Amino acid sequence: MNKILIKNGRVVDPANNIDAIGPVCIADGKIVSVLEQAADFTAEQIIDASGRIVCPGFVDLSVRLREPGHTQKGNILSETRAALSAGVTSMCLPPDTKPCIDSPAVVEFIKDKAEKAEYPQIHSIGALTQRLAGSELSAMFALKQAGCIAVSNASEPLGNLLILRRAMEYAATHDLLLMYRANEAALSGKGCAHEGAVASRYGLPGIPEAAESIALAQCLELAELTGCRVHISQISCKQSVIKLQQAKKYGLNVTADVAIHQLHLTEDNITPFDSNYHVLPPLRSAIDRQYLREGLVNGTIDAICSDHQPHDLDAKLGAFPETEAGVAALETLLPLTLALTRQHRIGLSQAIANLTCKPAQILGLATGALTPSYAADVCIFDPQASWQVNRDNWLSAGCNTPYWQQTLIGRVTHTLLAGNPVYRLAE
Amino acid sequence: MTRHIQLTEQGKLKHFLTIEGLDKQLLTEILDTAESFAGMSEHQVKKVPLLRGKTIVNLFFENSTRTRTTFELAATRLSADVLSMNIATSATSKGESLLDTIHNLEAMHVDMFVVRHALSGAAHFIAQHTAPHISVINAGDGQHAHPTQAMLDVFTIRQHKKQFEGLRVAIVGDILHSRVARSQILALNTLGVAEVRVIAPKTLLPAQVKTMGVIPMHDMDEGLDDVDVVIMLRLQKERMNSAFLPSESEFFRCFGLTEAKLKRAKPDAIVMHPGPINRGVEIASSVADGQQSVILQQVSNGVAVRMAIMSMAMHSQGGAA
Repeated sequence: MNKILIKNGRVVDPANNIDAIGPVCIADGKIVSVLEQAADFTAEQIIDASGRIVCPGFVDLSVRLREPGHTQKGNILSETRAALSAGVTSMCLPPDTKPCIDSPAVVEFIKDKAEKAEYPQIHSIGALTQRLAGSELSAMFALKQAGCIAVSNASEPLGNLLILRRAMEYAATHDLLLMYRANEAALSGKGCAHEGAVASRYGLPGIPEAAESIALAQCLELAELTGCRVHISQISCKQSVIKLQQAKKYGLNVTADVAIHQLHLTEDNITPFDSNYHVLPPLRSAIDRQYLREGLVNGTIDAICSDHQPHDLDAKLGAFPETEAGVAALETLLPLTLALTRQHRIGLSQAIANLTCKPAQILGLATGALTPSYAADVCIFDPQASWQVNRDNWLSAGCNTPYWQQTLIGRVTHTLLAGNPVYRLAE
Repeated sequence: MTRHIQLTEQGKLKHFLTIEGLDKQLLTEILDTAESFAGMSEHQVKKVPLLRGKTIVNLFFENSTRTRTTFELAATRLSADVLSMNIATSATSKGESLLDTIHNLEAMHVDMFVVRHALSGAAHFIAQHTAPHISVINAGDGQHAHPTQAMLDVFTIRQHKKQFEGLRVAIVGDILHSRVARSQILALNTLGVAEVRVIAPKTLLPAQVKTMGVIPMHDMDEGLDDVDVVIMLRLQKERMNSAFLPSESEFFRCFGLTEAKLKRAKPDAIVMHPGPINRGVEIASSVADGQQSVILQQVSNGVAVRMAIMSMAMHSQGGAA
């Protein structure tokens, strides 16, 4: 398929300040022109996007594919199918696979699987420490050469601040971005819920906000000291937003993302003991959620991610504290983001930027925009289409979503990966 | 949701998992039913045939001889067949999941599970996943709830104080880790006491304790002032190992109930404790064994209250004779 014309759609491309109805021309897998069609451009395939929005494919900063190592929960093929149906055309894979991504061999294995799944843009995040054990540095240079886009210790704690400092210095040496999940393990302990009214009432071990904001503050101090580029992953609370805002104002080179569910749900949703609401960091109070939404509006938070974590049924069957944390979230990412634009002060263009060019900039990737010469990673969606979250409409191997059986608005109709129409919603 | 899962469509008790969501009328019905059973233990024939032919399984994922015994006794006096399983040392340690254990027992056609588990929410989980004809009674789940204990406590209070209106109740000790306290607070507030105070160091209070319908206090003299009921909680020894408290003796000095401190309460105040008591840690022996102590009555009442709850839950299943 050489030349494709997407016509009559509302093109929203925040990186290029575009929001207008017009054509998108694609040739040889690349964007040729947007809002204009050269006289000599003859399309071999035309996609009519009337009433739909045409935007860059989404760049998701945190997607667990569960392969290698946890294939009872999902695999690269199943989860990339879910991603394509959700308009996600690039993703970061955190290093807590099994074995974890601490050697080039694992990166190669994932690349190989990604190619077989015809979804090349799985960006492995290398382990910051060997085996993610938090004590010895990983071979970051080798990981970078193998293709790792950043380093992270996923949700695993680091032994102490000196190790974090050294790891940041070493990552900075190789110009690697550190993706940091702020969590002071001594304060979060065995907690499974926000240390608030709900955990108090239900006797659930709590995680205070300070477990996150203290770790975040320490990391920002060390970013200043070491010059390491830092991205804070999946923040959840008011104090984190405030500290990030101060750091950005001060000029620190730091970015942050938030998981989409944190912008919608609070601790009150977990009553009583519904394990589909068991996530880490935990769902917090309505005040925290308000700060997160405002942080998104004022640019303190740069990106929205799905924090997709598919699980097998058993993982969610049990008393709340013993169930595994996480939601399968790829396929609800777009409708829940659109809900923010309807219910809150977040403009459509900004919301799409949070899913596309902003995360792409964080990673330094030439994607997330419909810029001519960029690979044509494109998402077309119907902003009005309502659909029910159920087995018939769901591709992820994990059904662990709080939105199961609920009706959501906004649905991807087409996804193009480097100019290939790889997904099309059945009529 | 909590109400929904515990009650039948007719509003009758089906499971007894937590006090939350149950109204004053239902709690009063439990107390009245318990009262009708309470006299029975003095009779020569201590049994009624209410649950004849029914099978009750005590599923204890966490050890507790005392609670298990009162449940066994209550079931026996209702003429049910009782099986007690100490799962803390059997199935689940062999890798069998909680749900497998439940489904295996279900296959043996039991009618009721009495569940104790170390994790909050376990009883809810089991109630959500058992066959519809089975009732689940929570005998303590993690730090969440111990509703039968709370009911026997309010039963004991009613015996002595006749009514709940106007009562001031102080709960003293490790509120943070106490499922008993959480259920007591809900029961006392539902029954309409004037005031529930919780007295503890900040390390042993839940983060948002104020949202639980209590007045948090840190001083015994102030906290016990003019109260009608003093409930002491058991202090687990392991709290000393994780920086909750410096020592038992310091705890006793601040929060232990002595005769001198008890003088701040009303002269006819009663002293309660869910047991087993740590003498000299949370309560002085002279108080535990003193005139105002009703600790042993609580134990006796435990059987009658559990008989009431079991028979009511089974009745709504259409099972009781």
